[in-house]
Amino acid sequence: MPKKIRSVNESPLVPVPTDSYIPARDLGKLPVLEARHIGIDFGGLRAVDDFTLTVGSTEITGLIGPNGAGKTTIFNMLTKVYQPTRGTILINGKDTGPMDTVQVSKLGVARTFQNIRLFNEQSVEDNVKLGMHNQINYGMFSGILRLPNYWKQEKIAHERAMELLSIFNMQDMANMKAGSLPYGAQRRLEIIRALGTNPCLLLLDEPAAGMNPSETTELMENIIKIRDTFHIAILLIEHDMNLVMGICEGIAVLNFGKLIAKGTAEDIQNDPVVIEAYLGKKED
Amino acid sequence: MEFLSYLISGISLGSVYAIIALGYTMVYGIAKMLNFAHGDVIMVGGYISLITMLNAGLSPWVAILLAMAVCTVLGVLIEGLAYRPLRAAPSLAVLITAIGVSYLLQNSALLIFGANPKSYTPIITGTVHLFDGQLSISYVSLLTVAACIVIMVGLTLFTSKSKMGKAMRAVSEDKAAAQLMGINVNSTISLTFAIGSALAAIAGVLLCSSYSTLMPTTGSMPGIKAFTAAVFGGIGSIPGAFLGGLILGIVESLSKAYISSQLANSIVFAALIIVLLVKPTGLLGKYVPEKV
Amino acid sequence: MKTNNPSRMKDFATFAGVIIAFLIVYIMRSRGMLTRSLSGQLVPICAYVVMAISLNLTVGVLGELSLGHAGFMSVGAFSGVVAAMSLASVIPSPVLRLVIAMVVGAIFAAITGVIVGVPVLRLQGDYLAIVTLAFGEIIKDLINCLIVGVDERGLHILFNATGSRSVADLHLIEGGKVIIKGAQGATGVKAIATFPAGVVLILLALVIVLNLMHSRSGRAIMALRDNRIAAESVGINVTKYKMMAFVTSAALAGAAGALYGLNFSTIVSSKFNFNTSITVLVFVVLGGLGNMTGSIIAAAVLTILPEALRGFDKYRMLAYAIVLIVVMLGTNNAQVKALLAKLIPHRKKGAEEGA
Repeated sequence: MPKKIRSVNESPLVPVPTDSYIPARDLGKLPVLEARHIGIDFGGLRAVDDFTLTVGSTEITGLIGPNGAGKTTIFNMLTKVYQPTRGTILINGKDTGPMDTVQVSKLGVARTFQNIRLFNEQSVEDNVKLGMHNQINYGMFSGILRLPNYWKQEKIAHERAMELLSIFNMQDMANMKAGSLPYGAQRRLEIIRALGTNPCLLLLDEPAAGMNPSETTELMENIIKIRDTFHIAILLIEHDMNLVMGICEGIAVLNFGKLIAKGTAEDIQNDPVVIEAYLGKKED
Repeated sequence: MEFLSYLISGISLGSVYAIIALGYTMVYGIAKMLNFAHGDVIMVGGYISLITMLNAGLSPWVAILLAMAVCTVLGVLIEGLAYRPLRAAPSLAVLITAIGVSYLLQNSALLIFGANPKSYTPIITGTVHLFDGQLSISYVSLLTVAACIVIMVGLTLFTSKSKMGKAMRAVSEDKAAAQLMGINVNSTISLTFAIGSALAAIAGVLLCSSYSTLMPTTGSMPGIKAFTAAVFGGIGSIPGAFLGGLILGIVESLSKAYISSQLANSIVFAALIIVLLVKPTGLLGKYVPEKV
Repeated sequence: MKTNNPSRMKDFATFAGVIIAFLIVYIMRSRGMLTRSLSGQLVPICAYVVMAISLNLTVGVLGELSLGHAGFMSVGAFSGVVAAMSLASVIPSPVLRLVIAMVVGAIFAAITGVIVGVPVLRLQGDYLAIVTLAFGEIIKDLINCLIVGVDERGLHILFNATGSRSVADLHLIEGGKVIIKGAQGATGVKAIATFPAGVVLILLALVIVLNLMHSRSGRAIMALRDNRIAAESVGINVTKYKMMAFVTSAALAGAAGALYGLNFSTIVSSKFNFNTSITVLVFVVLGGLGNMTGSIIAAAVLTILPEALRGFDKYRMLAYAIVLIVVMLGTNNAQVKALLAKLIPHRKKGAEEGA
């Protein structure tokens, strides 16, 4: 391991992460995510092993690595789609131990998917309202009987959904079916839906996949805008190095299920282990 | 001794279920559809063999062969005309089509043969008496069990050793990949339906021989039970279908004898529910997780 | 809320359509313009329409295939009949008794829905389908074993599993009456179901299902259908919403069953078998998944059609089978669709369009 990487603060009671790349503004605040030595086995295969990462409360972090390194598996563990075999995941200092996906979502972890998973048969607005599912407070009977609470809550939900859609200028598409949107808009809608859950940590799985350079630039601006507006942390998996190096304050590099480097963009770019993982060993 | 005789009749009934279930499980494994018409192919097999023996006066063995031939053609026709055009369609559309085919077969039989049950002469008569006549087993039962074992061994060898059998397994696992490997998916599926339908014909003859009656709806319940057996054992699995058929047959026979003849079917279905709760893919089925 | 939402307009048109159809049929009947057999079909049509709406909630909205929906109808029919007959002396008004019977039917079917739903909804796809089929058959067999009677001391219920017990074992005192006689079913039922009551039930079912679909809960249910993993990722509780849809669907089927059961003097449990479940499923698929209007049209048309074809009794089911296959091929296969379009150049927009 390169010496730049310092040990991660192990206790949630002392919320001062010592990792160099946690931005100064987040120091002294409880980190939003602390993954401690997490790992998962599929059959006999160690898909991810001993992964440790701390993310500051408004930090934008990149998770990079070659295909098959285990990046999405980490997202699946953080959201409890898979229960980690080893290790601890703390969200805002809270141990997620036996929690399932729904409970972790209620703690404030939201995500997008590499292969877009929208509710294709429902409208764009309803997709956002589904993101806001646990923010809307009325039950089945209020809905069926159309009690006053239904009208009140739906009105708030509608306004909030439109507000969220305006981040990506998608208000005009509110009544379209999600499945009929163009590819780029589907990716953006997934982000908006995730924001609907009122998260403190947003996980983006390859948000720039399939986008051209100008769309990617716009996306970068929007990711920063989202962080600044909502004051949340963003952890993203991405292969587009311009995006990663451009907006990520901290970067973690994964190879064969193991963390091989952590640090700032500059640290990573000069790290011989990372270069070897991406380009192979130099022959001399 | 009484118990033994119920057990044997259960094994015999279970063997019939197993033969149908073997066909069902192969068809499901490859076409991924609930083929509700499968049970009615059994009934067609029964009528064909009955006419051959009764009206044409031919030997039972000719009757079986003819029933198998007709059902094989019928199975391939059904697949080609009704199911193949729907290969890309939603599974519910295929299900409703299968139900349509089932109604078609039943009502055609109703028009041709009438609604009244016809009495069916067993293809083989007589009984073996054991233990000084305390236990008697009919030849039909023995033949059924033997046929079931032969079929199950034959199918296992066929799917594991022969080229066509391997192609079948490949298609059932991944149609697109199989096609890229040069396997003719359509003809492989046709072959599966042909085998399944031929087995249904054999099952039809054996079923009618042990119950001695035949009517247009004869195949429905055994068809559903055999499907239950296939799911019970783990759908897509040949040993699973065999095991599932036998167990359900025994459960049904013993429930009829010792618990309640009215509730025998319910007990069979309850057994399925319990097994699926403990093992959601059946006894020998394998679990395939969804990729995120 | 916005009123220009196209789906709301469609819902409104559906309500209006049901009411207009009711008025037309009602006037025609009062003027004696309906045949006797068609008049007799009016209540069953309403019951089947409600069945189709309720099954569409499970199959179309929740996206789980159920092959045992007739089981819930059966529970509703028999519990409703028992309620109506045992209250006959206490509540003289047949309308009130019918309402109570439908509520009782809905409650019992909902309870059955919970019992069935807990194990069933843990399974997926075809496994779920086969287990609902199994439950449907089990319910049919269990009701077949029931012997129920009522006298001054209250309800008497016997479970006749071995076939050894009979009506005499109820030991009813003088003036008591037998309601359900095991496999012979309920006999001597006073037919109190009426066509207007049936239409009210349809409207009620529509309000419940459509309002549910346009609410937070309904969106969650449809989210499970569209993408379960994404639904969980936004914090939607899978079991809760699956149960909600399944039990609501069962309750509506129970109310429909009570309506149906109280339209005949005799009702047997074998009426609610696998074939009835399939018949309702055909309505749902032909009417279009998630399309309640389509379900209503398909259920009404396909229940009347066999009556209209009574003259061709022998070929009726054969024709039905062929139509079913052709419609499925025609709506799902491009080549067959093109062929049909050539054969029938001016195809009328019908019920099968929605499929």
